[in-house]
Amino acid sequence: MVRLEAVSVALGARRVVDNVSADLAGGVIGLIGPNGAGKSTLVRAIAGLVPAEGAILIDGVPVAALAPGERARRIAYLPQGQTVHWPLTAERLVALGRLPHLAPFARPGKADADAIERALERTELQPLRDRPVDQLSGGERARVLLARALAVEAPLLLADEPLAALDPAHQIEVMALLRAEAARGGTVIAVLHDLTLAARWCDRLLLIDHGRLAADGTPREVLTAERIGSVYGVSAFIGEAQGEPLIVPLTHH
Amino acid sequence: MTKFLPFTLAMALLAILCAMVSLGLGPAHLGLSRAFSALIGQGDPIATTIVWQLRLPRALLALLVGAMLGAAGAAMQGYLRNPLADPGVLGTSSTAALGAVLALYYGFAAISPLTLPVFAITGAMVGLIPMLLLAARGEGPLALILAGVAISTAAGAGISLALNFAPNPFAAVEIMTWLMGSLADRSFLHVWLALPCIAVGLGLILLEGRALDALTLGEDSAAALGTDLRRVRLVLMLAVAIGVGGAVAVSGTIGFVGLVVPHLVRPFTDRRPSSLLIPSALGGAALLAAADALVRSVPTLDEPRLGVVTALLGVPVFLHQLVRARRQW
Repeated sequence: MVRLEAVSVALGARRVVDNVSADLAGGVIGLIGPNGAGKSTLVRAIAGLVPAEGAILIDGVPVAALAPGERARRIAYLPQGQTVHWPLTAERLVALGRLPHLAPFARPGKADADAIERALERTELQPLRDRPVDQLSGGERARVLLARALAVEAPLLLADEPLAALDPAHQIEVMALLRAEAARGGTVIAVLHDLTLAARWCDRLLLIDHGRLAADGTPREVLTAERIGSVYGVSAFIGEAQGEPLIVPLTHH
Repeated sequence: MTKFLPFTLAMALLAILCAMVSLGLGPAHLGLSRAFSALIGQGDPIATTIVWQLRLPRALLALLVGAMLGAAGAAMQGYLRNPLADPGVLGTSSTAALGAVLALYYGFAAISPLTLPVFAITGAMVGLIPMLLLAARGEGPLALILAGVAISTAAGAGISLALNFAPNPFAAVEIMTWLMGSLADRSFLHVWLALPCIAVGLGLILLEGRALDALTLGEDSAAALGTDLRRVRLVLMLAVAIGVGGAVAVSGTIGFVGLVVPHLVRPFTDRRPSSLLIPSALGGAALLAAADALVRSVPTLDEPRLGVVTALLGVPVFLHQLVRARRQW
């Protein structure tokens, strides 16, 4: 699906992503790491939004070589802290996810209406469909934006901090949604900060530190106390809850 | 779009109605029925001459210029994601005005009725050059707004300089009067000059409706949805420079229409930038035709200038709308 070969991204003089290589195919893949580690930049590079050195291959094709429309149909991207500039209704906003599928000057068809309906249903937004987005709570708006990304129905979903602004119930709901998306055969790459949720819901974690890939593996392999200590600079309690890791950061050192 | 079809049709009817009323108005009292029969070729020779030579070009120009200003305002607000944007935000309408002022200042305007508009359109194109250079570097909306302010300021300084050095008070008054905007004494020559510019401008704007919708989510998301940001920027800049340049060339500076009309029509649409474009064009056409009818019906010795009236009309409506809508753009 996504193949990263020695990917580096420089923003100005700073190398924000440094020589990252990985094969990302299937499941929910969590990108974790401290603030400023380069997670969002890596996601933007995969989405083809920033030029990168090395190779980023989407199904074997360099992302930069994909035509914009083709790239948009293959990769759905949910940016971090997305602002909505005009108060469209939830449904109209979700419908923007169908833009890559519309032929020039064609009206949205039944396939588009169905995809919008599915996205609204999966995010449980049907009751709010006619509500302008500026009259939604932060959590509701986050779900609308996620639904917008789901409506693209792309095989690859890139979600940058999809859990920000969500209460615990909705965090779990969104992670379950991402899992369901992966279960339908897609690949989901999500930037996450909550290590317990990341461990619980992701099939695989990539730990990014100073732009480099510090660890890559299953949550249990990646999230060791030593590694959390060296990368995040915190000592953490790692326990078990319902057979899954439970990670509680304790003190900063 | 279909949902707002009744609204769009109502706006179109309103624009036509305003233009019809405007055909019936003028210093010669023809009356609506006499004016109308002249329009369809059944009138007396005097009425036919007045309607066809004087009033029809004026009414058509009001519709064309109003449509261009309304659509350009809606497009700029959508593109810059800024409810304060208007057709002049890129600075090209100021450089168009500067071009016209130079034509007046150096007396070229006296050579032919077409010299002034041609100078104005040239001014718009010259003003576009620095914007294109900036756009080619991939600058975002904020840089474009600031550059637009800079270009407007430079053009404004040039206009002030022309007034400053005006050879005589009459030249200064001529420049000032032109700047206030008017559609008086325009002929079909002006229509044929403005029409292609405005047609190109409107056409290019309508091409980018979907890109404007995608930009509701910001540049990154729009790009991820397949929008070619460079193309949108280039097309919209050209559209505004050519279309608004052509509009300013025949009408002078007509403020506020492009800012206000999108705000007035927005509540009747689903607020997607693309669904605003056609209603804004029609609303702008109706507003300008109505304003131009109004300037001819007030009993003053000289007509009040169109640009003055649009501002006077627009401000209270705009403020009322702002208070009522509670920042619901």
